[in-house]
Amino acid sequence: MTVLTDLTLVEARDGLAKGDFTAVELTEAHIRAMEASRALGAYITETPEQALEQARQSDARRATGTVGLMEGLPVALKDLFCTKGVRTTAASRMLENFVPPYDSTVGRNLARAGAVTLGKTNLDEFAMGSSNRTSFFGPAVNPWKRTGDDAALAPGGSSGGSAAAVAGRIALAATGTDTGGSIRQPAAFCGIVGLKPTYGRCSRRGIIAFASSLDQAGPMTRSVKDAALMLSAMAGHDPLDSTSAPVEVPNFENALTGDIRGLRVGVPREYRADGLDPEVSALWDRGVEMLRDAGAEVVEVSLPHTDHALATYYILSSAEASSNLARYDGVRYGLRVEGKTLDEMYSRTRGAGFGPEVQRRILIGTYALSAGFYDAYYLKAQRVRRLITRDFLEAFGSVDVLLTPTTPTPAFALDEEPTDPLTLYLNDVFTVPTSLAGLPALSMPAGLSGQGLPLGLQLVGRHFQEETLLNAALVLERACAFSGAPMFAGKEV
Amino acid sequence: MALDKTTVANIAFLARIDIPEDRQETLARELSSILTWVEQLEQVDTQGVEPMASVANLALSWRPDAVTDGGCVDDVLSNAPEKNSNCFVVPRMVE
Repeated sequence: MTVLTDLTLVEARDGLAKGDFTAVELTEAHIRAMEASRALGAYITETPEQALEQARQSDARRATGTVGLMEGLPVALKDLFCTKGVRTTAASRMLENFVPPYDSTVGRNLARAGAVTLGKTNLDEFAMGSSNRTSFFGPAVNPWKRTGDDAALAPGGSSGGSAAAVAGRIALAATGTDTGGSIRQPAAFCGIVGLKPTYGRCSRRGIIAFASSLDQAGPMTRSVKDAALMLSAMAGHDPLDSTSAPVEVPNFENALTGDIRGLRVGVPREYRADGLDPEVSALWDRGVEMLRDAGAEVVEVSLPHTDHALATYYILSSAEASSNLARYDGVRYGLRVEGKTLDEMYSRTRGAGFGPEVQRRILIGTYALSAGFYDAYYLKAQRVRRLITRDFLEAFGSVDVLLTPTTPTPAFALDEEPTDPLTLYLNDVFTVPTSLAGLPALSMPAGLSGQGLPLGLQLVGRHFQEETLLNAALVLERACAFSGAPMFAGKEV
Repeated sequence: MALDKTTVANIAFLARIDIPEDRQETLARELSSILTWVEQLEQVDTQGVEPMASVANLALSWRPDAVTDGGCVDDVLSNAPEKNSNCFVVPRMVE
């Protein structure tokens, strides 16, 4: 018998179309799995009644012949996407009881396409982190474990709850957001597909802001085809986001041919840093071979400013965060801690409402933007950002996509996470540069480590060429034949 | 750049974040090590390179100067920690 929670998005869509099961049945299976999998901490807020109501409406629409791209498919939203009438926390004490009066544009696009929303997934507080440990509600847990070792592993971050939910079979797919790797790194850690689209492809309206020049929403799924389907439903120009690109949204799924003969694939020399994990390095080599076998031409390229991307990212994202998070002042929404004066009320509210990592980044950002240091830190980083972007544009003069590892290591244990912020930021070393350049990038599971954990490969494309990216990913997906399922996958009980 | 406790307290004031005295020392150390690491950017030659604020490369779009939204006072105030007569309430600022 088909286990409904094991289906891919595309399989479930086709099953619904054939009448093998209803949206209500599919949703009920996921609600049962969600209840059975609470140990994963994947959801901050579950919305089963609302999901069932949406599923009933979807079945009714289907009966009248109205079928959207995501009709009747149960998905989860990262708890950074505002949901009308459903609390949206950003995993922060600051927004513990915040109930938005409107929906994010991406959430609305998905609802219009017929999707069913199961709930809101866990994340690092305000999307700042690579482990999920900074969540005020406690971390999500990776459904994977090392062979013969019971240690709880980090699902990655910041979209760790989304990755855990999708890998753990408690959502067919989920939305994530990516500022420096927050879709791709957790996707790699949890053995799923994560796509960060081109900056501007998806509207940021109604997504709680971290660093506005970098934030981008994207799909997290169990197959490349699923990512293509879901991106088609999420993307599109939005007049309410001035950085949303007024470009046509192709049907990404229909653009998948599986033919990459003649595709030029670049391998960036600088990413083969000293001390790169031999398993990660070997997997990368295998990926190169697979693309070559499929008729692609592989060349080495150079991205000379790679070494400086992390520091650049850290200054820019913290500066933007310090500005964006100024809105949490205890006046209009969110936590308020009373004080005798207005300043005292602000300071107490922000001292109590933000966790240590968020405070650290706001302080760094405030410093980088303060009089006397603005040129040396902020403007300097903006100049280096241009050089990093130029590196990519030059590389894309001779290649169509880049292939790199997604992360330097597989998932680490939650209690092994480095406490030194600098070491922790190294997780993002392969994902941050593309974010600075605004390029689309996708992580896909390509193999298992010696300890039985998923490892991801990253493909990077030109601006607004997600089709090329997805097509190359489809070829790799077929060649890798990654079939691993995590030990802890919420099955129907 | 090594930050001392006083500088941390000053940044914390600018950011309006209450940092207890006993955390300022640790924070000074953490922030100093991050800033020292960031100073690697000084090595990059950025002579004549324009700062890059956005990858979007979009001219801001124009729209008619017309009211398109509003009339939702209840929504705006729905999450207010304290409100009175359609206003947000804050501590007294003027004696």
